[in-house]
Amino acid sequence: MRGPWVFLPLAAFVALVALMGAMLLGDRNPAEVDSALVGRAAPTLTLYALEPGGEPLVPADLRRGVPVIVNFFASWCVPCRAEHESLMALAGEHKVQIIGIAYKDKPAAARAFLEELGNPYDKVVLDESGRAGIEWGVSGVPETFVIDGDGMVRYRHWGPVVGDALETRLLPAVEAAR
Amino acid sequence: MIAEAGHFALVIATILALMAGIVPPVGLKRRDMGLIALADSFAVAQFLMVAIAFAALMHGFIVSDFSLKVVAANSHTAKPMLYKVAGTWGNHEGSLLLWVLILTLFASLVSLFGRNLPLTFRARVLSVQALLSLGFLLFILVTSNPFERLSPAPLEGNGLNPLLQDPGLAFHPPMLYLGYVGLSVAFSFAVAALIEREVTPMWARWVRPWTLAAWIFLTGGIALGSWWAYYELGWGGWWFWDPVENASFMPWLAASALLHSAIVVEKRDALKSWTILLAIVAFSFSLLGTFLVRSGVITSVHAFAVDPTRGIFILGFLALVVGASLTLFAMRAPSLAPGGLFGLVSRESALVLNNILLATFAAVVLIGTLYPLFVEAAGGAQISVGAPFFNYAALVLMSPLIVALGLGPLLAWKRGRLSRAARILLPALIVAAVVFVGTVWATAGGYVMSAFGLALGLWLIVSAKLEILQRIRFFEGPMAGLKRLVRLPRAALGMALAHMGLGVLVLAITISETWTSETLTVLSPGETAMAGGYEFTLDKVEPVAGPNYAAVRGTLSVRRDGELVTVLTPEDRTFGDPVMETTEAAIRPLVTGDLYAVIGEAIGPVAADGRWSLRLYFKPAISGLWLGTLMMMAGGLLSLTDRRARVGAAAAREKAA
Repeated sequence: MRGPWVFLPLAAFVALVALMGAMLLGDRNPAEVDSALVGRAAPTLTLYALEPGGEPLVPADLRRGVPVIVNFFASWCVPCRAEHESLMALAGEHKVQIIGIAYKDKPAAARAFLEELGNPYDKVVLDESGRAGIEWGVSGVPETFVIDGDGMVRYRHWGPVVGDALETRLLPAVEAAR
Repeated sequence: MIAEAGHFALVIATILALMAGIVPPVGLKRRDMGLIALADSFAVAQFLMVAIAFAALMHGFIVSDFSLKVVAANSHTAKPMLYKVAGTWGNHEGSLLLWVLILTLFASLVSLFGRNLPLTFRARVLSVQALLSLGFLLFILVTSNPFERLSPAPLEGNGLNPLLQDPGLAFHPPMLYLGYVGLSVAFSFAVAALIEREVTPMWARWVRPWTLAAWIFLTGGIALGSWWAYYELGWGGWWFWDPVENASFMPWLAASALLHSAIVVEKRDALKSWTILLAIVAFSFSLLGTFLVRSGVITSVHAFAVDPTRGIFILGFLALVVGASLTLFAMRAPSLAPGGLFGLVSRESALVLNNILLATFAAVVLIGTLYPLFVEAAGGAQISVGAPFFNYAALVLMSPLIVALGLGPLLAWKRGRLSRAARILLPALIVAAVVFVGTVWATAGGYVMSAFGLALGLWLIVSAKLEILQRIRFFEGPMAGLKRLVRLPRAALGMALAHMGLGVLVLAITISETWTSETLTVLSPGETAMAGGYEFTLDKVEPVAGPNYAAVRGTLSVRRDGELVTVLTPEDRTFGDPVMETTEAAIRPLVTGDLYAVIGEAIGPVAADGRWSLRLYFKPAISGLWLGTLMMMAGGLLSLTDRRARVGAAAAREKAA
């Protein structure tokens, strides 16, 4: 073997290491799948309220002229407990309207969950069958969407909003959607 | 106390590895025989220290010492003893320790069985091997200490993932690691040869048995994993082109290529730099596999520990080891004297073609595995590369390989005659052609690719047989021929057996992929469904209790033309700690194929007349997969016991003296 091409394996390997290093150090979770909804109109599915006699979720709720957050949660979901504090702060300090969708949950259990931890939601609706979850393309709970004033999905947060995710991800996305 | 002793032994092993990496090379520089000779003692001492550490960790698992963090996280008192022992390597920390154990084991074997290698060369090999151990030992001590204590110690452990509580999987990692790490010996030999600026036929004669041993283990390890996926996951498949499966397949392809190119170096003193490169690349693929599994850079069913510091450490180590060896290769390869010339039609050319195809396939698998990362890094969408891509590549690249595989052994070294090979192989060609035409005709042209697969597999099997018969001049006198068969070099028999094994594998893949019949159904007890001409009757469904799980067991009697063939009892198990469900497929291998049944969820209320979802398969020729693999391994083993592999050693001594 002669000539410059003895360096070929080395060059290919250096490129490979650079790629994997970038992927490793980059801010990514390989298990996360990008949402196909971002940049499109939010699904308009009418859902019944969690509280008996409460107001249902109607398409107009997602076109309020101000950004709204849609949060899928469930009483059986442990990470949802972990992010609940962030949601309380979002609704309290930051005055952002949040719509909660209790995903594949029993109404009584979801109510008990909110009673125990506090209710950050502007409106809470029930998705007992998981039909809305399919419409929104959630792969599990919790998942959180930022919807702009015109009903367009601007951002999807995969997994719980914990750590600095509220400051570094969700709030900037809400600001950008204004 | 025992755990601390294990931890201490690991620290000593690290110091020994550091010294073993430095002292003998210094001795080589100063021509100080005393320092050079230390390489052997260092190698054996390192192995002993790591063995002590490994035994200490295994002890922790056996007595369920939950004050150890790994044990608490991965074991449970109610777990059967086999899985407590296997639990030692069923986690990130323990499996790394197993990796180092095997690495140091191979180094001490080189030291013990390599006494007739020139001392200077052996010292070089061992110091390279020691530097590899050093990297892994540091990795363990810095990021993945298996002896970390928990305080307070929990009363009960988290349990091992029940999918992994399986005899097939208990021995899958050690087998695979023996293969992965076995390639480190070829790597160390290659680096040592580059440092000494000399690749001789003797070098190849040394590298080949080590590569062959690693290849046998790798083949066995991959097959065990595949077998496990087949009967434990209950999907009815046995290969999914998952990134981590690919990570084990790439070193296998490279090792297969290396096996063949080393023959050319040994016999004809040619292809030297290519063989060196393959030895480096084969082990680099092993390291890459480790990185992919443990860094969390790619999602896979094998997701181990997702910890970025670990990923960065392995990537750094990978960059250092592979980068340094490839740099050395780039600097030294031009100075390796090219050896014997050969004609376009010759054994060498056939082996070169084999190498080109295997290497291309390995590269294609690498690209397919990492392509989603390329696209994502380039800012594109998330994609995944699926089985059709890999299957297509396998078809395009492996078909010519199999054709050449039949011909190659009949070509002479230097300059062969295609006409002679073609004359000998005429019966194989006829068999293949008849089967191809027959299958296409019988299926009315619907299965052209399947007919092609059958023809290829039979071509290979018949060619390998003809090659042996021709070698023993069977047709001139069968009795004298059979006598010659016994005296034939085992390497020749091994090669024929391994090639036939590949032929059997090709047949089994083709038949099972083409003619599997699958029935998805819902049955109440007493009802019957058909799959592949067999009647499956659900007799009853009952709850059963295992040592650490509860299960629902279905009993199915399988009949063919009214005759009872067998009774299948698939289970749907629910484990307690951690809570997890697994399906236990019931599989009954018959001569023609496997009956395979999986029981799923109850549909509606679970009463006496409950309805259960069932998946029933008849998968023809599946046993051929395992048979073919076993033949390949047996062929390798036979070749490993060849006189030449052992006598090579004595010849080396003479040359050195």
